Amino acid sequence: MTAPAAPAPTTTAGRLLALGRTEATLLLRNRTALFMAAAMPLVMMVALKGILDQQAATTPNLDLHANLVNGVAGLVLLFVVYYNLTTAYVARRGELVLKRLRTGEARDLEILGGTALPSVVLGLLECGLIGAVGAARLGLPAPVNPLLMALGLLLGIGLLIALAAATSAFTKTVETAGITTLPLLFLAQMGSGLLLPLETMPDGLATACRLLPTTPAFQLMRLGWFGTDGSDEPTGFPGSWLEALPHLGLGVLWLAAGVWAARRWFRWEPRR
Amino acid sequence: MKDTSHSGPAVEAVELHRRYGPAGPNGFDAVRGLDLTVHRGELFALLGTNGAGKTSTMELLEGLAAPTAGRVRVLGRDPHRERTAVRPRIGIMLQEGGFPGDLTVAETCRGWAGLTTGARPVDEALGLVGLGDRAGVRVKQLSGGERRRLDLAVALLGRPEVLFLDEPSTGLDPEARAAVWRLIRELRGEGTTVLLTTHYLEEAEELADRLAIMRAGRIAATGTVGEVIADRPARIAFELPERCGPYEALGLPALPAAEVTAEGRRITVRTHRLQSDLTDLLGWAAHHGVALGGLEARSATLEEAFLAIAAEAAATPETIGSTR
Repeated sequence: MTAPAAPAPTTTAGRLLALGRTEATLLLRNRTALFMAAAMPLVMMVALKGILDQQAATTPNLDLHANLVNGVAGLVLLFVVYYNLTTAYVARRGELVLKRLRTGEARDLEILGGTALPSVVLGLLECGLIGAVGAARLGLPAPVNPLLMALGLLLGIGLLIALAAATSAFTKTVETAGITTLPLLFLAQMGSGLLLPLETMPDGLATACRLLPTTPAFQLMRLGWFGTDGSDEPTGFPGSWLEALPHLGLGVLWLAAGVWAARRWFRWEPRR
Repeated sequence: MKDTSHSGPAVEAVELHRRYGPAGPNGFDAVRGLDLTVHRGELFALLGTNGAGKTSTMELLEGLAAPTAGRVRVLGRDPHRERTAVRPRIGIMLQEGGFPGDLTVAETCRGWAGLTTGARPVDEALGLVGLGDRAGVRVKQLSGGERRRLDLAVALLGRPEVLFLDEPSTGLDPEARAAVWRLIRELRGEGTTVLLTTHYLEEAEELADRLAIMRAGRIAATGTVGEVIADRPARIAFELPERCGPYEALGLPALPAAEVTAEGRRITVRTHRLQSDLTDLLGWAAHHGVALGGLEARSATLEEAFLAIAAEAAATPETIGSTR
C-alpha cells in the first residue's frame, strides 16, 4: 500500500473564506438585517438631504454634497458593520458557535474576522455605490487623495469591528443589541459629522467632537475625497497629508483602544 | 498514512493543574495534579461524577486552555502552544454542539470542511453518522440526537488520529447510541485513539480498553475495567431460612477475609476471595442442610467501584464546590 500524500493544510485565507461564506449564508437568511442593509442607504440619502438643506440655510458655504456623500457612507458603516456585526457576534455566541469554532483549526482572530467578512464586504460595496452614484448624480470632483480615503475606510471598519466585539460582551441577546449599540450609534451620528456637520457647530463643541472615536476615520474619508474636512480651504494631494496627520494619529489611538477593549471584554461563550 | 515521527503515547498529562479565579478562597481548583496516559489506538474513558473535573481536564488535553501547572502532550506536542501542529490531527466534540440553527446540515459540514485539513467529503462524513438523508434540513429542525450526530460528523471530518468526545451519547435514544458505539468501535479498529467522557458506566464497560475514574480533580482509579474493579470486594448475598434462628447462633463458616453483614435474615458477604469463600459457604450449607434463598454471588461491578469512589469523594470536605 502506498501512502497517500499528506493533505495540504488549511490556510488563513481559506479559513477566513470558509467562515465568511457560512456567515454570508446566514446573513442572506436574516431578512431584517438584509432589509436594513439594502434600504438604509436610500432612506438615509433622502433624510440627510433634508437635514442638510435646513442647515445650509443657517450656515453659509456649507458643502452640501461632501457632507451628504460622507454622511451616508458613515451611516452605512455604522449600521452595516457595527450594528449588524454586534448582533452576529451575540447570536453566534449564544448558539455556542464561537465556542465550537475554537475547537477547530481557525484562530481566534480568524473567527472574529471571518464572521465580520460579509458585513465588511457589504459595507464596502455600499460605500462604493454611494461614491459612484454621488459622483455621477452630483457631479463631484475626483478624489484628491484616494489613499487617505482608503486609510479612513480601513481605520473606520477596523474600529467598528473592534467596537462590535466589545459591545457584544455587554449584550445578552440579539434583541437587546438595539439598546447596547445605541450609545455609540448616537455619539457617532451626532458627533462625528454624519447628521450634523462639524462646521455648523460652535468651535468648542466641534473640537470636542473631533476627539470622539469614530470622528477621525470619517473625517479622513472626507478629507481624502474633497481635500478638506470642512474646517479649512481645500488643499491638494500633498497638503491633504498634512491636514490628515492629527486625524490619523487620533484614529490609530482609538483603534488601539477599541482592540484593547475587545480583547479585554469579548466573551466566547454565554455566561452561565 | 499516519505520522509515525512520534511513537510515544497519544495523550499524556503529568501533574496537571487548572485553577479558575483568583488565588485564595475565591478561586477554585478544578484539576489538582492529574496524571493520565492514553496509548495509541486505545479507547480510553474518563469517568467521574458531575463536578469531578472531567470537562476541565478535557479542555486542557484538547489544548483549548493552558494548564495552570503541569504538562500536556498530544501526539508528542503541546496542544495549546503548538496548536497549529496538533489541531489538524485531532477531532473534538464538546458536550454541547454549537451550530447555527439557520444553516442546513450540509452547509454546516461544508463550512467546517473549509476549516479542516484533509477534510472528508461532506456526504461521507454525514454517511458515517447516518445523517445522509438529512443533509438539506436546517439544524434547528434536527432532534437532539441528530444534532449530536452532526457534532460527531464534524469531529470526524479531518480523519483525526486522536478523537476527544465529551459525553458523545448523552441525549441519544438507545438505537442511536448503539449506532454511535458501533461507529466508535470501527474508528478504533482503524487505529484512531479515542478519549471520551461519559456518565454511562455501561458505555465505558462496553467500549473502553482502559478507563479512569476522576474525583475532585484527580484520577482516583485507572486501568482496565478488570483492574479497576479488582480492588473492590465481590459480593455474596443470600437469605437464611426462618427455622435457622438468629444468625449468630448458626455457626456460619469463618470467612477470615470477608466482611459479613446481616440485616435480619438477609446476609451479605463482601470478600476479595469470592471462589474460596463461596465454596466454604456452600459446603457449610450442604452439610447442615440449609437452603440459601435468593443466593447471588458476583464480582464487583464498575458501578460499585464508581459509587464507592464517589462516596469517598462526598466524605472529603475539600471537594465541595463545583466546576464551571
